[in-house]
Amino acid sequence: MARYDRAITVFSPDGHLFQVEYALEAVRKGNAAVGVRGTDIVVLGVEKKSAVKLQDSRSVRKIVSLDDHIALACAGLKADARVLINRARIECQSHRLTVEEPVTVEYITRYIAGLQQKYTQSGGVRPFGLSTLIVGFDPYTGVPSLYQTDPSGTFSAWKANATGRNSNSMREFLEKNYKETSGHETIKLAIRALLEVVESGGKNIEVATMTKEHGLRQLEESEIDAIVAEIEAEKAAAEAAKKALAAPKET
Amino acid sequence: MKLDTTGMESAAPVWGSHNELVDGFSAAPSFELPNTTDFDGFQKEAIQMVKPAKGTTTLAFIFKEGVMVAADSRASMGGYISSQSVKKIIEINPYMLGTMAGGAADCQFWHRNLGIKCRLHELANKRRISVTGASKLLANILYSYRGMGLSVGTMIAGWDETGPGLYYVDNEGGRLKGMRFSVGSGSPYAYGVLDNGYRYDMSVEEAAELARRAIYHATFRDGASGGVASVYYVGPNGWKKLSGDDVGELHYRYYPVMPSTVEQEMAEVTGA
Repeated sequence: MARYDRAITVFSPDGHLFQVEYALEAVRKGNAAVGVRGTDIVVLGVEKKSAVKLQDSRSVRKIVSLDDHIALACAGLKADARVLINRARIECQSHRLTVEEPVTVEYITRYIAGLQQKYTQSGGVRPFGLSTLIVGFDPYTGVPSLYQTDPSGTFSAWKANATGRNSNSMREFLEKNYKETSGHETIKLAIRALLEVVESGGKNIEVATMTKEHGLRQLEESEIDAIVAEIEAEKAAAEAAKKALAAPKET
Repeated sequence: MKLDTTGMESAAPVWGSHNELVDGFSAAPSFELPNTTDFDGFQKEAIQMVKPAKGTTTLAFIFKEGVMVAADSRASMGGYISSQSVKKIIEINPYMLGTMAGGAADCQFWHRNLGIKCRLHELANKRRISVTGASKLLANILYSYRGMGLSVGTMIAGWDETGPGLYYVDNEGGRLKGMRFSVGSGSPYAYGVLDNGYRYDMSVEEAAELARRAIYHATFRDGASGGVASVYYVGPNGWKKLSGDDVGELHYRYYPVMPSTVEQEMAEVTGA
């Protein structure tokens, strides 16, 4: 056996794990992803690279399901994502097998984060280069949740969050505009956040919703276009209203 | 003779010893087996030697108010009664009980182990484990030791979010969900009384009396059962021990000795 035992992730003199920080850089270069939690729905949105002509876009789904009631979107190295997703799916089923109950969102998030942490403390491996957004409904209480994990292996719950390219602008937007929403309003909020950093249009974003009754549903391009049009119309109306308010003061 | 487990091994990890990173399915354990001429026959003999008959009577049933669990308290080694005061109802946690039939050590150890696992589940998931989950954990453990001579015939009774739960789990790895179970050498006798008197809508007192009688009747006819009939009730707030009556006393309570009328009194013969 080749001796790849030497750790790649080691501390720097000032207490940094550079490999983990470089992994975070890789995440920052990945596509934008946003997640918003509503009262009865959770929405995931991901930036799609502009349509490469010959590629079959159905084979590049960026929002995947881990179980009937849990979905995941990520930003970063997609190949690493595939490995992590497969392990998470196995764990979801393994949990169902050993205790005859579906996993909670927190449990599977803790598992994925634990896996990411393990690879920062083992010999011969590098950390996973991705941050994940995990959404789902608690199988017992029916409460929706949104969690985020990152290459260091930390995780936390969020009302709304963004990761990947330009995530700071998206997060700022969400902080300014977040309020408790449900159903269609939550979807609009998620798309509005994505549109801050992505060229508008249904073919540049992928959106999926998860509800307790219907599970994960990917939105069609036409549906996304319709919502984008709605958002633009609202923006235009808001602009017009502002102008109308400003006008009388001039005279 | 080494057990051939190559067919059961998972794909070998690329970097040798880092087994944690390829977890999910770890390689099956392998172990040395004895050198004998007739391995299959030897194994059967060894199991028969180790396997104690489950000399006991335990029963449990679900009814409208919850779960009733009862057991005797005799431990026997062949024809020798080694103890009349064995605790055969094991308290896994405040809302779950397990019954003991078969090897006392096996039952006690694995129930305590199950208690540990249940507590860890609670801490990890911030909610209690269900009776389904707990019984599944135990059944999986027993299945992995299948054929190695464990003797456990247990019932896991508890109350969880879905209401009362009752499962039968044994050393073969079998696991059954049910409303009424009785396990042990005295179980046929207990079943007779239990099945005859069972109604779903009984009160707690009625159900306790049914359980007590069933155990008493089993101890009356089965030599390997006796001692004290313990009755426990599991309700929405957890389990509670209702009674522990010596079966000898129960006998005279159910069948008090009537002073019999003497038909012919023997008179002292006077003289010769």
